[in-house]
Amino acid sequence: MSALDGLYQQLILDHSKKRFGDGLLEHHDAQHFERNPSCGDEITLQLALEPGTDTVAALGWTGAGCSISMASASVLSEMAPGMSVDELRALIGEFREMLRSRGAGEPDDEVLGDAVAFHGVSKFVMRIKCAMLAWVATEACLLEVRPAA
Amino acid sequence: MSALTDAEVLRLRSDFPALAAEVNGQPLAYLDSAATAQRPASVLDAEREFLLTSNAAVHRGAHTLAGLATEAFEDARATLADFLGADPDEIVWTSNATDALNLVAYAIGNASRGRGGEAARRFALSAGDEILVTEAEHHANLIPWQELAAATGATLRFIPVDDAGIYTLADAAAALTERTRIVAIGHVSNVTGFVAPVAEIAALAHERGALVVLDACQSAPHRRLNVAELGVDFLALSGHKMLGPSGIGVLWGRAELLNALPPFRTGGSMISTVTMTEASYLPAPQRFEAGTQPVSQAVALAEAVRYLDSVGLERIDARENELAQRMLAGLALIDGIRVVGPAAGVPRAGLVSFDVDGVHAHDVGQYLDAQGIAVRVGHHCAQPLHRRLGLTATTRASAYVYTTTEEVDRFLAAVALVRPYFGVTATTTTGAQA
Repeated sequence: MSALDGLYQQLILDHSKKRFGDGLLEHHDAQHFERNPSCGDEITLQLALEPGTDTVAALGWTGAGCSISMASASVLSEMAPGMSVDELRALIGEFREMLRSRGAGEPDDEVLGDAVAFHGVSKFVMRIKCAMLAWVATEACLLEVRPAA
Repeated sequence: MSALTDAEVLRLRSDFPALAAEVNGQPLAYLDSAATAQRPASVLDAEREFLLTSNAAVHRGAHTLAGLATEAFEDARATLADFLGADPDEIVWTSNATDALNLVAYAIGNASRGRGGEAARRFALSAGDEILVTEAEHHANLIPWQELAAATGATLRFIPVDDAGIYTLADAAAALTERTRIVAIGHVSNVTGFVAPVAEIAALAHERGALVVLDACQSAPHRRLNVAELGVDFLALSGHKMLGPSGIGVLWGRAELLNALPPFRTGGSMISTVTMTEASYLPAPQRFEAGTQPVSQAVALAEAVRYLDSVGLERIDARENELAQRMLAGLALIDGIRVVGPAAGVPRAGLVSFDVDGVHAHDVGQYLDAQGIAVRVGHHCAQPLHRRLGLTATTRASAYVYTTTEEVDRFLAAVALVRPYFGVTATTTTGAQA
């Protein structure tokens, strides 16, 4: 597989077109706007918890950006529901670590699930911010609903 | 003037060591010169030679090296002055064009606060005065004017652009009013390749007593400039876009204006007398050159100018127009491409920006990079223009003196494969000009 094909895995191309979580929520507990000023990619992301719990009910978002940023928002929106705030924080941490790996190592698909498809992004330093866009927005939403200890 | 030929371009490419690189297993096709140009070995050598033989602080010290350095520094100034048809005292070294534009804007802001005494009153802005820019400006020629307007109470207005991102002389005339005090425009748009009718706009502006500031970043590297013919009052250019080093730019200003303008930055090297409470300032250009200057960069930029002169800017300009027309013709044959800027056939700069329907510019750029083709993607520091065009980002290919026809053809062939690669088949726009 070429490096380019490693970046644009089929799962990423699919998610960039059929976007999970695309659209704002009826009710949300936190909302965050995140922008990558160098390219103009942006996302408004909302997070809703199951009432009275620490469990993520849904992510909803609207945004404009490259296939990597849109696909990573989609994959995250598919994975997040049902996770606790702490689990989602841990997932974001794992994802960030994978993206910073510069292509080294094998990501743990037990933990990262479909998000392992973004491992190829770690070889493209200019694209890491694209992949992180929705994840950084989600991290900010989590801080809003449950300030870190 | 005949355009530079393919054979000549192939010969002079050996002057540019960086172009021999391989990128992702492919020969580099560097189509991002509008962002920064590659440098000929002679420019690198000139800087190194200066540092090896003549490096010292300029305009101070009495030793031999100080004399050599000062001479080289001032010779470089004279070379840039010749290049623009100007006087050496009208050439102010800056760190880049952004810095040069800020210098003008902030110095006028200082004049508006009463600095510079009687001579500077002609520059002072107040509520009701207008600063006119265009909707297509690079942020470097927009934000300093926003700040100046905010600081003085002046109103910032703009010449609107059409759906292709360009404007006419009539649009400019309609935007000028009796209150227009400053007109700040780009000579060549870094997004559309549009060449502004500068002399005509300057004449209209002067009829109303306005000063004209020209951002020549995208013109100075590619076409013969003469400040008298352009008829402007200030002009900014950047070294790294014209085969020179980064960290150096030029502000040219008409001598009588520069000598009436208060300084922007203050400190060493720009004063005549200093007491504990005040200082008096040297005439231009030293008035605007506080602190240690980019001396070796100035020497290298002069060498870059000599290189451009030896090839001939008229021939470079003609060549780049040919390459741009080739890009336009090729892109028109590809489904789903929307090109911004002047229509095919209209003389333009050697750069073309476009949108690929269904594929984000970053993804287009990534695909091209995998083929060794370097292009710029994003808003190119022109967010208002992109907003007006209904786009968040475009892909831009830009040519320079060393760009081959074959590179343009490789680029076109690769662009044709972008939508198939990303699985985009539905066509919502045609290949026609937007």
